[in-house]
Amino acid sequence: MNSFDFVTVSLAGKPVETITLAANQGWSILKPMLFQSIAQTLEMVFITLVVGGVLGLVLGVILYGTRPGNLFENSVVYRILDIIVNIVRPIPFIIFLAAIQPLTMKVVGTSIGTAAAIFPMIIMATFATSRLVEQNLVPVDRGVIEAARSMGASTFTIIRTVLIPEALGPLILAYAFLFISILDMSAMAGYIGGGGLGNFAISYGYQKFDPAVTWTAVIIMIVLVQVVQAIANMLAKRILKRQK
Amino acid sequence: MSEAIIELDHVVKEFKSKDKKKPMRAVDDVTLSINKGDVFGIIGYSGAGKSTLVRMINALERPTSGSVHVLGQDITGLNESGLRPLRRKIGMIFQQFNLFSTKTVAQNIAYPLVLDHWRKDYQERRVNQLLKFVGLEEHANKYPSQLSGGQKQRVGIARALATNPEILLADEATSALDPETTGEVLDLLQQINRQLGVTIVLITHQMNVVQKIANRIAVMSDGRVVERGDAYSVFAAPKQEITKRFIATAISGIPDPERVTDIHRQWSGRIVTVLIRQKDARNELDNSVVPSSGQNISGLIAKYGVSTNLIYGGIDTVTGYAIGAMTYELAGEPSVIDGFLDELSRDSDVYDFGTAQASIDYDKAISMPLGGLKAHPAESNGPDRAGDADNTAESGSADSDREEEQA
Repeated sequence: MNSFDFVTVSLAGKPVETITLAANQGWSILKPMLFQSIAQTLEMVFITLVVGGVLGLVLGVILYGTRPGNLFENSVVYRILDIIVNIVRPIPFIIFLAAIQPLTMKVVGTSIGTAAAIFPMIIMATFATSRLVEQNLVPVDRGVIEAARSMGASTFTIIRTVLIPEALGPLILAYAFLFISILDMSAMAGYIGGGGLGNFAISYGYQKFDPAVTWTAVIIMIVLVQVVQAIANMLAKRILKRQK
Repeated sequence: MSEAIIELDHVVKEFKSKDKKKPMRAVDDVTLSINKGDVFGIIGYSGAGKSTLVRMINALERPTSGSVHVLGQDITGLNESGLRPLRRKIGMIFQQFNLFSTKTVAQNIAYPLVLDHWRKDYQERRVNQLLKFVGLEEHANKYPSQLSGGQKQRVGIARALATNPEILLADEATSALDPETTGEVLDLLQQINRQLGVTIVLITHQMNVVQKIANRIAVMSDGRVVERGDAYSVFAAPKQEITKRFIATAISGIPDPERVTDIHRQWSGRIVTVLIRQKDARNELDNSVVPSSGQNISGLIAKYGVSTNLIYGGIDTVTGYAIGAMTYELAGEPSVIDGFLDELSRDSDVYDFGTAQASIDYDKAISMPLGGLKAHPAESNGPDRAGDADNTAESGSADSDREEEQA
């Protein structure tokens, strides 16, 4: 049973020594691994959130701006981007991870490990963010944008100083939502040896029949989500209060 | 008249319509010239194309054909970056104020200054100056959501004036405000026009707004300018039915048919309505002149000794001159009354509704004033309900019609 575990896990790219030690399932051994998993999760989530978040913001603004009647209206570009986003978004991440592997190999140089997990996460996060951004920009009052245009503001200035600030409250909430989606994605990174809390829960909790380990990971994730959501709510509330 | 600051030359604006193959024509061949220092009122119902028209002045909309000259520059061919310096010389205020909701009042007003790369301390000084001008000093650090509608529009005005523009475009700027606040905002706009010499183009569907501050008016309907002229003339001698309807919402001195029926029920004597025009009105489109009216009525009443009851009426001023109508019941010897009306109608427009026993059909009374129509050259004038000038040439026979009726 144990040896079978070793084979599967080491196939997924885990250093064999770690696995051997883990077989003992003592908290003195699990603890540093847990901390390492938290660090890996935070690394993956943070990098994805920043890079995917920024790329998604750009793509989202382009989606919004090319919509009919908007800042740089272009129905051809809009339709193409819209279709691409619609194709990528519904793919379950675990399948996307596998499907995009050849590209990951080319770009990152490896198809296993944390870095190999971050690449598909960034791509998926970019598309997810773009739609969230677009949807939260649509309700921005066009009159306000027109006012800025009438004052001689350039398109980029309008995006930077009017469009995004006006939608900032909902955008913060959208990014909190995105954080949770990325955390969700990071849990699947274990399948390609990405490490992190999800992998920790599966390898040392689920597969070792140790619910305490699984639940430790789950609770840490819940706390992470709660903290991020609480901060986002507070920031968004402060901004939205000004507007209403 | 001073120099033209805005000139629209055969401007057409078409929008693609989704269901129909034919494009929708929002602005249809409009030629208009607005002078420096004008408060130019453009009035029309919603959908008349006036918002599109005003947006072509700062090129928020581009004309499909025709040309637009603003501040001596042909702006038709300019691209967005070429337009930026021009737009900084044209302020704009909006019906929904369009303030930046996440910026404070002071930040809103400073926005155009930031765009214009003003130095920080200059910005502050200018913002304080503007806050003082619009009377919002104590609200500098509030957000727009904490202000009333009137205060929001004051912020909008301050923001529009920040870079010392030469033109202020007001797009239904008072339509979302209550009457009292509307008055305050209009006073402020008038002050801006008079003190700062800013040319104002005012779009509205409220006739009392243009009545209060406009010196020139254009009336728009279905994308066309159907009537234009100095404010007094448009009010005193409207030609188009739509203009008359608009004027009736601001000055309602002429009784409607129901009211005339009521009046006949209550008053047995001869009912006449005398139009009041303090001075001649000149129509800009065809140069016809409608002379003043009702200026000697008190003297004539005294001269003939007719007994009068003033029973209905309304007089208001446009650009400082009186316009309106008065309805009298005349009692006494019929021959004296006829003599009085004969002399009165020589210099005034008089509608004769007859007496309770021998009333005159409303449309006939309105379309055929006593003594004929007064416009010269022979053109229709006054609020005639028929709305066209067809009767003008036959004013003689119109009189005989009336005599038959009365007999």
